Amino acid sequence: MESKLKILVFLGSALCSIPALAALNVFACEPEWGALARELGGDKLSVYEATTALQDPHRIEARPSLIARARSADLVVCTGADLEAGWLPLVLAQSGNPKIRPGEPGFFEAARAVALLERPARIDRAMGDVHPGGNPHVHLDPRNVAVIAQALGERLAAIGAADAAVFRGRTRAFLERWRSAIGRWEAGATPLKGVALVVAHKNLTYLVSWLGMREAGSLEPQPGMPPTTAHLAELLARLKREPARAVVRAAYNDPRSAEWLAERAKIPTVVLPYTVGGSDKANDLFGLYEDTIERLLAVAR
Amino acid sequence: MLRITLCAAALAVASGAAFATDADMAQIREEIRQLREAYERRITALENRLGEAEAKPKPAPEPARSAGENAFNPATSLILQGTAARSSRDPETYRIDGFAPSGGEVGTARRGLSLAESELVVTANVDPYFRGLLIAALTPENETEVEEAFVQTLALGRGLTLKGGRFLSGIGYQNEIHQHAWDFQDAPLAYKAFLGGRFSDDGVQLRWVAPTDLFLELGAELGSAGSFPATNRNRNGANAWSVFGHAGGDIGASIAWRAGLSMLRASPRERAYDDTDSTGTVVTNAFSGRSRVWIADAVLKWAPNGNPGETNFKLQGEYFRRTESGELTYDTQGASLGTQTGSYASRQSGWYLQAVYQFMPRWRVGYRLDRLSAGSARIGLMESRALAAQDFPVLAAYRPRRRTAMIDWSPSEYSRVRVQLARDYARLGEADSQLLVQYVMSLGAHGAHRF
Repeated sequence: MESKLKILVFLGSALCSIPALAALNVFACEPEWGALARELGGDKLSVYEATTALQDPHRIEARPSLIARARSADLVVCTGADLEAGWLPLVLAQSGNPKIRPGEPGFFEAARAVALLERPARIDRAMGDVHPGGNPHVHLDPRNVAVIAQALGERLAAIGAADAAVFRGRTRAFLERWRSAIGRWEAGATPLKGVALVVAHKNLTYLVSWLGMREAGSLEPQPGMPPTTAHLAELLARLKREPARAVVRAAYNDPRSAEWLAERAKIPTVVLPYTVGGSDKANDLFGLYEDTIERLLAVAR
Repeated sequence: MLRITLCAAALAVASGAAFATDADMAQIREEIRQLREAYERRITALENRLGEAEAKPKPAPEPARSAGENAFNPATSLILQGTAARSSRDPETYRIDGFAPSGGEVGTARRGLSLAESELVVTANVDPYFRGLLIAALTPENETEVEEAFVQTLALGRGLTLKGGRFLSGIGYQNEIHQHAWDFQDAPLAYKAFLGGRFSDDGVQLRWVAPTDLFLELGAELGSAGSFPATNRNRNGANAWSVFGHAGGDIGASIAWRAGLSMLRASPRERAYDDTDSTGTVVTNAFSGRSRVWIADAVLKWAPNGNPGETNFKLQGEYFRRTESGELTYDTQGASLGTQTGSYASRQSGWYLQAVYQFMPRWRVGYRLDRLSAGSARIGLMESRALAAQDFPVLAAYRPRRRTAMIDWSPSEYSRVRVQLARDYARLGEADSQLLVQYVMSLGAHGAHRF
């Protein structure tokens, strides 16, 4: 009897593990925005990350756990620009939480704060899984992160008015550290200027453009389409004529086609953390950039 | 510019120094100091403006949509499907022995090349309070069917969503999933036998998601369209109601699950079906009474690190149990041995279990097992010996079963080609071998990745 009671109490407490009421509940679609929210909100936020660095943010399903977390969220922080088009609308619709509907203050899209690269001139699925608004992987240019941090800090202050001063103060402090870090990174990354890279997916465009590197090709024949042997062979032939320094992929991209090409083109493969949590050193936004540049410099020298 | 002025001033000082008096020197020094101050002030101002510009969000890029009347066009998508099928038995004669025919679309695909239903999906927010959706199916017979047409609340809050119109019921797991998103071309036998393929109703639905980290959802529906197992009774109020509950969550990063329990209650009146009696005449029989269907469902999905792009695995199963009691009328049209009515009670069950594995990008294989048990119906007219078992052949005790295997190839998220092979023992004593090739293509708005 008593053990049954204990089990009931345990189950009851497991079911009712309602997220902390004092803090604002933030539902971050990707780890980079979870990390940014933590920088700006500290212990005034309870942050849930919907995806990990090892997951492709395009291909997530509207899992029950995501719906449950969205149900009690005060703020959703996502990339936008259709990166989460396959699952976020469904999660929001099924959560029954009007606070986080698009257009409400509880819905924050990072990509809205910055100008997107690679806006397609033609919007046609024959071009692959193109995003009509432009390339959504904006977080790999630290200057974008600074702009987004400013906007997110303002949004946090608006939603959590009681702690507005804390959010504004932390945002100012973060931006100060961030701007000096950008200067440091840019100075350290000068050897990367002009370096040609083959990328796995068009998810490093902003990094390549920030550091003045060059994209010599993509493993995907078209954005979002898995690599085909025909395309890889063509890419290999092109690399023979115009060599690249390395094949670069994010931690979540398939290693096989990257290694296949790298081996035949006799260049190294570089696995970039891509986002926070993608490598041991990338445990926050600063670590993400430091590790990324370090790994690139290792092949550029 | 400032720098040049400053240098010029310095040069002037240097060249003129030899002839300058002390007073001149002091004046020049003062001018230089003022210049330097002005220079620093302007530099600081510039730096501040630069910092502000960096920090200020740039205006959002203009949306690619055109303005004007078109700007509010709803999201539209279109599903195109077709099959090429061969089967060893005529699909026209398809029936599931032991179960009263549902009258739904339960047959196998037509032989030869054929077009399947094309679906047009139109959806948008109505206003800040409602969202609307229409799914119209254009059948190969050149008819239009309204599959779903509902409005749904957006702003109720507290995890509540109210839906009204025609919609696929939230009972079970597969019921709410549209045919083009199924892992096999056709529905499990249990869905065909107990729900006529699927249960859709005209009515209202209320769902509530609990504010817990574990996903918990409760829902209830009232409906009156009278699709099988209910009938339209032309009366005020609901003809069928259902309740369902789902729970779900993650186990580590790689596994996600959902399980649920649902109940559907209906009180059909004169739910008619055709059977061939002992004289060989096709007669129409009808059931009136109560029907209750219980469904237990569970789904488990696995992907390495939760990233399904490379490989993933999905296990899905549902168990059905139906009890019906009431009256069975034989030969309602008086076409054969004369209209007679007696009691009827049955308890029937069935299940399916299916597994789908993506072994490399684009390619998936799947296997499905179907089992039904017709149980033993108590038919009053047979117990009183007014009629014999041969007069109700379709209700004879039988255990229909089926095995299905499939392999599909999806060049992109929007297209899929599938080959499916089945050995179907739905008909008593007759094995039906089915082979089909199917294509499913979706155009337009990005489809949702349902769990």
